[in-house]
Amino acid sequence: MKGKTAILEGSRAVAEAVRACRPDVISVYPITPQTHILEDLARFVSSGRLKSQFVRADSEFSAASIVYGASAAGARAYTASASQGLLLMNEVIYAMASTRLPVVLTAVNRAISAPITIQPDHQDTMSLRDTGALQIHVESMQEAYDAHVQSFRIAEDPEVLLPLLICMDGWVLSHSYEPVTVFPDEAISEFAGTFHPVQKLDPANPLTYGSYADQDVLMEYRYALMLAQEKAKEKICSVTKEYKDIFGHFDGDLIDTHCTEDAEIILVAMGSMVSTIRAAVDELRAEGRKVGLIKVRTFRPFPGEEIIKACGKAPLIAVLDKSLSVNTGGILATEVKASFYGNPVQPVILPFMAGLGGKEVNRRVIKEIVDIASRSGDKQGPRKDTVWMGLDHGFFN
Amino acid sequence: MIVDREGEKEMTMQTEVKELHAPGHRACPGCGCAIAVKSILRETGPNTIVVSPTGCLETFTSPIRGSSWEVPWIHSLFENAPAIATGVLAGLNAKGNPDGTKVVVIGGDGGTYDIGMGSLSGMFERKDDILYICYDNEAYMNTGIQGSSATPLGVGTTTTPVTGNSFGKTVEKKDLVAIALAHGVPYVATASIANLADLKKKVRKGMDNPGPAFILMLTPCNVGWGYEPEETVELARKAVETGLFPIVEFEDGDLVSALKIRPVPVEEYLKPQKRYQHLFKNEKFTDVLEAIRKKAEDNIKKFDLV
Ligand SMILES: Cc1ncc(C[n+]2csc(CCOP(=O)(O)OP(=O)(O)O)c2C)c(N)n1
Ligand code: SF4
Ligand SMILES: [Mg+2]
Repeated sequence: MKGKTAILEGSRAVAEAVRACRPDVISVYPITPQTHILEDLARFVSSGRLKSQFVRADSEFSAASIVYGASAAGARAYTASASQGLLLMNEVIYAMASTRLPVVLTAVNRAISAPITIQPDHQDTMSLRDTGALQIHVESMQEAYDAHVQSFRIAEDPEVLLPLLICMDGWVLSHSYEPVTVFPDEAISEFAGTFHPVQKLDPANPLTYGSYADQDVLMEYRYALMLAQEKAKEKICSVTKEYKDIFGHFDGDLIDTHCTEDAEIILVAMGSMVSTIRAAVDELRAEGRKVGLIKVRTFRPFPGEEIIKACGKAPLIAVLDKSLSVNTGGILATEVKASFYGNPVQPVILPFMAGLGGKEVNRRVIKEIVDIASRSGDKQGPRKDTVWMGLDHGFFN
Repeated sequence: MIVDREGEKEMTMQTEVKELHAPGHRACPGCGCAIAVKSILRETGPNTIVVSPTGCLETFTSPIRGSSWEVPWIHSLFENAPAIATGVLAGLNAKGNPDGTKVVVIGGDGGTYDIGMGSLSGMFERKDDILYICYDNEAYMNTGIQGSSATPLGVGTTTTPVTGNSFGKTVEKKDLVAIALAHGVPYVATASIANLADLKKKVRKGMDNPGPAFILMLTPCNVGWGYEPEETVELARKAVETGLFPIVEFEDGDLVSALKIRPVPVEEYLKPQKRYQHLFKNEKFTDVLEAIRKKAEDNIKKFDLV
């Protein structure tokens, strides 16, 4: 299908997609760099272009709770936040996932205090890793648009029913401008369908939500989340394929790969950094270096098998992290390593801390990572400790 | 079945009606909250969605596969019941709410005065059409009787302990009625389980009022207050008759009714309760007793109760 291409701010691209998906209820609370999405949606509603219930919340905790209640009442619900706001939502999102409420949330990635900063990294959404919510990380404004169009279908699928976070790096994706192709509202609305809850708060069929439970069921609830995330894998693959067939865009399903087939070094990363790596890989390939890229698109469900398959026989894998589990290292790297446990092919997996707190990661930094990685592979034996790109050692004197 | 004097007449007429708060729940015998909730639901009827925060009510009514709610009911967390209610209402409104389903919150003092205050303030400020009913047992009971900002002066709890010179809570309870009024909540009332007909009348008004409504009920808790379970309703009555818990009603900020009393000494309310015992055993606490007496007198004056 042909769309209209315009230079759009990333936040606007998201707002356009959300509007066309027609959520019944929107509740958001301001935080930089998410605020432009909220403001765009507020304007759409007040001008009558979007017929949602738009609820001002008194905090992110309440915003998440409001969409929680709305979803339980059978409504399609949407919210967005970033950084401290996402942390404030943490408790709500755990309960939302276990209550199987398919809220869609835009997580505009931003670092966590202290020191307070508005720079992007992935620490905020990593803190929601174990909630049960799905996480899709996008690399461009176009993908942010595409992923939001796909999101409601995935989250609201009767076999999935999980909150879904579309994660996009603050500033780089939320506040920059890029050509984005937007499709007609009717086509998007049709693709997004409507929410048909399998159950809801309904006086005609009074159900109890949020029961008190003892040791007999909590583990079962958590296990059910495991099953639902497995189902989500299938659903994400089928929805992204369908989107490609109709609209012609494909940004990857669980992962996306670039030049991995014969690669000797494969870089694994998420978010906007992926686009930078793509460009760096192309340049390195032109120099004859066998470098490839795996974009982890769904951090949850985690595409462990897909990553292993895409890595093939590559001897060196460099994982670039924008989040840290203090005392163990980069979180994505830890998960990639865990996936490879027991696998017949055992590449050297090198963790890099790149972009934490918004530290610059440009093509030069990527090439440096490739150089460090290729040196690590030889005689003196592979290094296992995290390499902190751009760390200012002078700071500690 | 617990039936109090006022409720009796109406009950006999309603024997065919299914209780929306079904018997068999796990509340302690004589739980004031349980008495209140049953009456509230008789008034709201089935076309109501109830939201509760974490607390005794949530725990004793909702065991998985053993819910006593015959209306749709949702609990999420301790501090977000008002926001959940707002969301439920927004969800209903998004579909036009053709059946006019009402949203009612029933939450404890801890969930209301303390941890849920921000979220409650947001709900009031947005003027959401929700009836919020606080069952005030004046402490965090579900976690074992810790002091809340609803715990009155002089009360001993596990976190306002009575030992040596310490006489329990050192400051007055928060004035939640004033807080609701300060938000411009159009219907604000207090009610007692010693007068269920009045409680139900107020629930009806709160439901019919467009915009937010707030009802504060004092619901004695024999476990946390330390008295015999059969005394629950009598203590609720004494709280009113002493002037310590005035029964008042505000519409658009104006006091429209205040239940007249023939005041009885505060001791009649305080003495049967273990949580106040120390005040009578030690002379150095006479100031505290005096302050409680003064509180009752101030209420009587303020609302012209006599
Ligand atoms: C965020 C959070 N903090 C603390 C608790 C523990 N907690 C559960 S119920 C409760 C007490 C509830 O007190 P109240 O609202 O007065 O209701 P009551 O139990 O007295 O009926 C507490 C402290 C919790 N569940 N969640
Ligand atoms: S502890 Fe008190 S409030 Fe809680 S169920 Fe028992 S009597 Fe009711
Ligand atoms: Mg309490």
